[in-house]
Amino acid sequence: MSTATAIPTRPRESSPKKVTQARVILSEYTKFRSLRSTVFSMLAAVVFVVGLSVLVPSVVVAHWPPDRPGEALAFDPTARSLSGIFLAQLAIGVLGVLLISGEYATGMIRASFAAVPARLPVLWAKAAVFATVTLVLMVPSVLGAFLIGQSILTSKHLQANLSDPGVLRAVIGAALYLTVVGLLGIGLGALLRNTAAGISTLFGLLFVLPIIVRFLPSSWADPISKYLPSSAGEAITHVHPNPATLAPWNGFGLFCAYALVVLIAAAISLRRRDA
Amino acid sequence: MIEAHGLTKFYGHKKAVDDLTFTVRPGVVTGFLGPNGAGKSTTMRMILGLDAPTAGTVRVNGKAYREHSAPLHEVGALLEARSVHTGRSAFNHLLALAQTSGISRARVNEVVDLVGLQEVAGKRAGGFSLGMGQRLGMASALLGDPQTLILDEPVNGLDPDGIRWVRNLLKSLAAEGRTVFVSSHLMSEMAQTAQHLIVIGRGRLIADTSVDEFIAGSSRNLVRVRTTDPHALAVVLKGPDVTVVAAQGDALEVSGLSTDQIGLAAGGAGITLLELSAQQTSLEEAFMDLTKDAVEYHGATTNDEGLDALETAGADR
Repeated sequence: MSTATAIPTRPRESSPKKVTQARVILSEYTKFRSLRSTVFSMLAAVVFVVGLSVLVPSVVVAHWPPDRPGEALAFDPTARSLSGIFLAQLAIGVLGVLLISGEYATGMIRASFAAVPARLPVLWAKAAVFATVTLVLMVPSVLGAFLIGQSILTSKHLQANLSDPGVLRAVIGAALYLTVVGLLGIGLGALLRNTAAGISTLFGLLFVLPIIVRFLPSSWADPISKYLPSSAGEAITHVHPNPATLAPWNGFGLFCAYALVVLIAAAISLRRRDA
Repeated sequence: MIEAHGLTKFYGHKKAVDDLTFTVRPGVVTGFLGPNGAGKSTTMRMILGLDAPTAGTVRVNGKAYREHSAPLHEVGALLEARSVHTGRSAFNHLLALAQTSGISRARVNEVVDLVGLQEVAGKRAGGFSLGMGQRLGMASALLGDPQTLILDEPVNGLDPDGIRWVRNLLKSLAAEGRTVFVSSHLMSEMAQTAQHLIVIGRGRLIADTSVDEFIAGSSRNLVRVRTTDPHALAVVLKGPDVTVVAAQGDALEVSGLSTDQIGLAAGGAGITLLELSAQQTSLEEAFMDLTKDAVEYHGATTNDEGLDALETAGADR
């Protein structure tokens, strides 16, 4: 490593350029694509979604018809081909948390906030970049997963069609659900500033809370469980309206509202607390 | 220009910075000196708007840091403990920071060259040595070609070549009329780099003075004398404010008189001098003296916290 002795000549930039939301978004996109962990997490999400669309329908086809006739009646070919989203949400949720908790862990957050002292543009840019990348990758992934899954199910004439009522909404809804899981992760990461705390809170809300509610008497559990983040969010991925969940868009709207509340709480905390 | 007024920071009930008022002027390197834990990093974080002061204000180039619309062009900062994501390459780290302020890719390459990281710019910053990390920090500070530089322990972990490079860089940046504010717990380093000093101990201001005055103001300016007749010279030099101590060999250490006064006195008495040299007090010794003086001063002013600060200052070294 040689040591340069030259001194920067100045002025370098003819007129100093202001920090704008668009510039911060560009910066956050650079940060996003330049970490191996983000690239691998997004890749894992794609592999989960597409991979399980081969695996699960193949197993279904191999064991068709099911032993119990009720099972055949309730069969949802769309859901079977999209079962990968339940694994993909792990990768995307963890990535959402890491996107900001990783900056706190390494100290990068101080450099980020020194460059953008208003701070909130950083949070909004992270959310915008992450939501866009997730949608851009997940919409084709879920569409591909659906088509692959249905082509396998065709051998037993079990397939659904994108033009069937509710199917397109459920397929695109799966990508929307994953995107909002990621945004919830960003909000929790910014609020808690710690990777372990953010990840355990996120999956506690999504996976553990429903189990705890199920232990309550059913007169309590039934009305509560449909409003939990996970069942509200998943409602959009069901082709056939399920009496145990909210209507698809109502449920998804509620899930978005949860994510928004966490992001707003994170924004308030970012403004108030020391970096 | 950095102006702090009554800057105070509590973490819980612990007072990290206590009523600091100082001004850092452009055109000279200003050293920010104090033992570890004295509040230097906290003060720098407050200057950069990362930590909010409990009381008081601090302005950079006339405004609170948060009010600058293009902060990287106003203030370049090298933050403590490597504020870099370990998984990202040095180039991408700098590029991401540059993009927030519309700074070009060409300028990123330029600062990479300037700090001598061109060969490792594509490597993950997590694998960098402490010295390479400091160079990366310097690069991020210089990105926006700022008028004011705030550098927290920039020579930490650098090899002698790197230390000399930082020293020259800081001096030339100051010579261009920029404000350069550098923290260090190494007095000797500041002696060679800074022209002005702000000294703190346990969050309190101990001194705000030029380096020359700081050293000159020390009571321990000694003159070393060797002579053929030490006893005779000691008698000749005797006076109310003069102390003469026998040092190694046949030398005497005299304080309270200049070399001129000693030479004239010896000549007048016909004593042959073999050596007559002023012993420049090091900044380190001056710092110790200053804290000692302040402790004595404390007795007269019943300022408990001042004493605590100085005890810390001494103990942490």
